[in-house]
Amino acid sequence: MTSDPKGIDLRSEADRMISAGSEALASECLAELWRKEAGGVAAAFLVSRFEQLRGKLPLIPYRLAVLRSFTAEPAIPLLRAEAFVRGIDLTVQLADFNAYPQDILDPDSSLYRFAPDAVILAVQTIDLAPDLWHQYADLAPQAVSSAIQRVSDSFRQWIRSFREHSSAALLVHSLELPARPLTGILDAQQGGGQATAIYEINRALRQSAAEHRGVYVLDYDGLVARHGRLRWHDQRKWLLARMPIAANHLIDLAREWLRFLIPLSGKTAKVLVTDLDNTMWGGVIGEDGMTGIKLSPEYPGAAFQSVQRAMLDLTRRGILLAICSKNNPEDAMEALQNHPGMILRPKDFSAVRINWGDKAQNLREIASELNVGTDALAFLDDNPVEREQVRGALPEVTILDLPENPLAYASVVQDCPAFERLALSSEDQQRTTLYAAQRDRSQAEQGFQSKEDFFRYLDQEAEVAPVSPATLARVAQLTQKTNQFNLTTRRYTEQQIADIAARPGWQVLSITVHDRFGDHGLVGVAITRDDDKTCEIETFLLSCRVIGRTVETALLAHLAHGAASRGRKQLLGWFIPTKKNAPASEFYRQHGFEVSRQNDDASLWSLDLTRRMIDSPEWIKVS
Amino acid sequence: MYEQVRSIVSDLLRIPADQISAASSPENIEAWDSVQHLNLVLALEEKFSLQLSPEEIDEMKTVGDIAHLVEGKLQVPPS
Repeated sequence: MTSDPKGIDLRSEADRMISAGSEALASECLAELWRKEAGGVAAAFLVSRFEQLRGKLPLIPYRLAVLRSFTAEPAIPLLRAEAFVRGIDLTVQLADFNAYPQDILDPDSSLYRFAPDAVILAVQTIDLAPDLWHQYADLAPQAVSSAIQRVSDSFRQWIRSFREHSSAALLVHSLELPARPLTGILDAQQGGGQATAIYEINRALRQSAAEHRGVYVLDYDGLVARHGRLRWHDQRKWLLARMPIAANHLIDLAREWLRFLIPLSGKTAKVLVTDLDNTMWGGVIGEDGMTGIKLSPEYPGAAFQSVQRAMLDLTRRGILLAICSKNNPEDAMEALQNHPGMILRPKDFSAVRINWGDKAQNLREIASELNVGTDALAFLDDNPVEREQVRGALPEVTILDLPENPLAYASVVQDCPAFERLALSSEDQQRTTLYAAQRDRSQAEQGFQSKEDFFRYLDQEAEVAPVSPATLARVAQLTQKTNQFNLTTRRYTEQQIADIAARPGWQVLSITVHDRFGDHGLVGVAITRDDDKTCEIETFLLSCRVIGRTVETALLAHLAHGAASRGRKQLLGWFIPTKKNAPASEFYRQHGFEVSRQNDDASLWSLDLTRRMIDSPEWIKVS
Repeated sequence: MYEQVRSIVSDLLRIPADQISAASSPENIEAWDSVQHLNLVLALEEKFSLQLSPEEIDEMKTVGDIAHLVEGKLQVPPS
């Protein structure tokens, strides 16, 4: 490999932008450098420059601790560079070699003092189960069982102990298989062998992880297998520096970690906007027509059916699909509706922009229509010119870079970490349907003269209930994602919500709404804390899809009646302004609260429950 | 060759290239610890598509040594 003149230009370009105070352009330069040269040397450059840009770019800070049994140092700059490019400022603490048992079990260890947001426990099979790794062929069945038991118990104990001391997310590497089983072909025969024993440990690990909130298994064996067991391991580096991973695969480890860190830090994409021609089918519908485009189970159409299938799979995780295509709407819609090879159909898309206009502008409109920020969009388009245009106009959009060969398209969609999710609620699985109902509501609203008449027509029913194990994931998710109608913008993990709900005097309530058009699902959260005489609202938020339908009044009324019936004299609530929650700034005032305290960062509102009450809207049935 | 090696060392250690000379080594640069030495080995192997043996890594004492070593490995052996 020789040095790339364009690469060097990008470095000096980035430095020039930094000196000139053009942080966004510098960031884009650095991202482009990374796309061209991802590796150890570029990582060092990127990390040093992004550290200079801290405070000037909207980066999400995130603290990661890594516990390990092998040399992982070279992976850290790669991870930080990848994270920076995706808008995450990672502070990483790498623990001492093999210090993980003490670090986890000791409540005063440097691990806990670091106050991580997430912890990775990366220990190899050779370190945790050296008997199964090296000596499997010598072991009697009882020895194998006790090895499995020993390691399974260790994982269970560490996870339990970690959860007692910290509510941070925990990612545990599962154990990997050796490239060659010690008993050769016998291993795969009946009765099981080395692979079975190691997988048994992994099964127990998954079970232990499932018993706690926020504990996840990273399928390390799957990662190694995907890249090839023979290529992943570097025996030379292992013996020289206790680094078992081949240098060219370190970035694959970093990227796998990122597949968890991205959903954990909330930097996910909520909508995939796709082009049509040569992206969802081969050819151009306007020129090749229904019979000419390639979309079938045979080559080359199969590649496009695969990418459609990959996009449909995303909708099962709660990700919405949208179309942005330069075409005549009639030609495109005909193919979408009637072509027999289509896996996706018009109903799978929540927004459609088929016109000859500028794609960046269309993306802005799609974001606005779906009520998400442009930073929640991902863009799929075979045309590099379109991708560059969008990248330049909307740097916050996640661009999926498609290679030349359509056979690789589906894997690009599947590999994009912005689509990863760590939990699935029923809202997620039905999101596309929920959005369709929303469109129906908006259309109906236009037929009414007065808002009250529309509200009565909607026939809303709401249920306010304390958070339960079934609703925990959705409640936590709402606190993490809701920005507009969120009075205090406090973010909570599932574990934190569970902890709060268990405290005496605290309540975590959710509100679920449905109307004549369908179910909105769980759309609001209120967290309150009772004091001697007062009830304070710590969190009050509502999903944007129900704003303006008086659901917020119903929830607030419920809190007020509840506080009064428990003998509290005052209902208090803070409003902490952010860039996005201006819609909620007058909420307390509109419901008869008065300001009792105000400073630059926040205002405290109070309602004297002995003299005033809040009435629930008559057109919502609350239970 | 020397310039390329110097540029890699400069990037990894976050020291301006003009402060690095042929005599620069872990002895006289504080930021050049064992972690960075490993990163350096990996960067050289990646950039020049070669594999360094433990003996060769031992020989890498200064920036000058490294450049000399890499140069030697890249020469086409006489047939």
